[in-house]
Amino acid sequence: MDSIPMNVSGHFNYWVAIFLMMTGFYVVISRGNLIKKLIGLNLFSTSVFILYISLGKIHGATAPIASETFHLYSNPLPHVLILTAIVVGVATTAVGLALTARIYEQYGTIEEDEIRIKDESL
Amino acid sequence: MIHLPHLAHLAIWQVLFPLLAAPLCLLLRSGRLAWLIATLASWASLAVSVLLLRTINCNGPLTYNLGGWPAPWGITYHVDALSAFVLLIVSAMAALVMPYAAKSVSREIDVENHRLFYALLLICQAGLLGIVVTGDAFNMYVFLELSSLSSYALIALGKRRRALTAAFQYLVMGTIGATFILIGIGLLYSLTGTLNIQDLAVRIALIPTSAVGHRTLITAFAFLTVGFSLKLALFPLHLWLPNAYTYAPSVVTTFLAATATKVAVYMLLRFSFSILGSRFVFEQLTLGKIMLLPSLAAIIIASLVAIFQYDIKRMLAYSSIAQIGYMTLGISLNSHTGLMAGILHMFNHALMKGALFMVMGAVSYRVGSVYLNDFRGLGRRMPWTMAAFVIGGLSLMGVPLTAGFISKWFLIEAALETGWWSITAVILLGSLLAVIYIWRVVETAYFNPLQEIEDDEHTEAPASLLIPLWILIGANIYFGIDTSVPVDMASWAASALLEGTMR
Repeated sequence: MDSIPMNVSGHFNYWVAIFLMMTGFYVVISRGNLIKKLIGLNLFSTSVFILYISLGKIHGATAPIASETFHLYSNPLPHVLILTAIVVGVATTAVGLALTARIYEQYGTIEEDEIRIKDESL
Repeated sequence: MIHLPHLAHLAIWQVLFPLLAAPLCLLLRSGRLAWLIATLASWASLAVSVLLLRTINCNGPLTYNLGGWPAPWGITYHVDALSAFVLLIVSAMAALVMPYAAKSVSREIDVENHRLFYALLLICQAGLLGIVVTGDAFNMYVFLELSSLSSYALIALGKRRRALTAAFQYLVMGTIGATFILIGIGLLYSLTGTLNIQDLAVRIALIPTSAVGHRTLITAFAFLTVGFSLKLALFPLHLWLPNAYTYAPSVVTTFLAATATKVAVYMLLRFSFSILGSRFVFEQLTLGKIMLLPSLAAIIIASLVAIFQYDIKRMLAYSSIAQIGYMTLGISLNSHTGLMAGILHMFNHALMKGALFMVMGAVSYRVGSVYLNDFRGLGRRMPWTMAAFVIGGLSLMGVPLTAGFISKWFLIEAALETGWWSITAVILLGSLLAVIYIWRVVETAYFNPLQEIEDDEHTEAPASLLIPLWILIGANIYFGIDTSVPVDMASWAASALLEGTMR
């Protein structure tokens, strides 16, 4: 009967990933501040990194090093993929922040509803 | 065709030309020189895609292993009928947009940003071509982000400040879409342990429907479909598109409207048909039923909204959403004719929307903006530009002897095959709505003369804008009369997809 708690704790990483994903998604949708939106977006995409990294991890395994003492290896491929995805994430954040800075220069605010009012008043 | 050993390298050159030219543009000090390099690179890339099309026509699909690593381990580039067709659309549009860009960009973008602009446009092109040419799911995601990130920056270069908010909105929605795609690819990898598209297809076919992994597969497919729908602006997920197209510089709108959404449709086709297989997708996941309603809603609602727009660029953007509805409608009908009509419409829509947005660029070059009022009297002052608008508009409506007619014809044929008359009615209604919104502009341009005429101010657009525009208009008419090339290609691609192989 102890299979259910085992299952829940065994999937701990996935629970964290899903929780972070939903938190990030909620922040993107509910906040009007552009910087907060970007933070939410970052949280959202970082949770996917955790999902990928958890996929490759095997309990008690090491990095794939050819050696006599180790026989159980984690899968390095998802980890390598995520290095690429992190770079993409950094680039996205950079573009997003640059746009926010330009929006602040032009509008004098980074609140979405205030920007909307300024556009409509034209 | 002579068999050359170097022919396999064509696949990689397709991406390398624009990708290598982009940093070169950055290094150069002069915007003029950057333009020259960008134009040459886009022409070279067009030559490569024409060669690729001829090669796979003779020798069948082409596979190229990057760095010589064999298929399931290394990244492979794989070109089949569908990808060769989409490659041709993207590189042909880029090759036409570059010469057009010289004048239009000099009017709309500050001189010191010119080389940055061409570098970004080339990176965007490289990303779009890379998505189509690659045979590796994760590589596809990387190219997708490459093209998306550069298009956010390109849209933000628009003159009006709303371009910035439009680009930000696109960035948020585009990143959510791309992350959904990333989750989908991750789930497929967790299920199969491979990222190679052909290998994925083989291994997924082995999973029995009762297995636990089957649920992962359905979840992966759900994430992928939502992600692609965001990227291709399927009806309820289209919100980023109107602002992005309206406020971007004319050249950017022309290029993105003609290529970016088509490439997203390509990704949807590739994942649904080549990886998961048409039977699985349609019989168990009911993709047809999921896509049908949004497609029909897109055709009617987006066309209705287009009628009430006063910014003509925004009107054409809404019309694009409706036209994407036609493509997804063709896919959702789940027949060879439907799929073929969808693929054919990708090509024809690139021709007509490319031409119409080029008209917008020419008008904004001479008049400064593209509100409905600005079109008064333009029929007389810019006769070539407005004549192009009329022919492009006729093609959009689907009048016989234009390219638009051909794809609508096959779409109606596919709808009649299923026996659902209501779909046929919706397709025709969509065309009638297109008549209304195109007619508003034509009426203003030809039958609403401007009172005061400043003769030397608003004259015909320069030749460098008109020549690429009329090449596209010529293609609209040519492919409306001699339909053999695109129809054969689309039909071939559709049969290959339905067989579920990448042949």
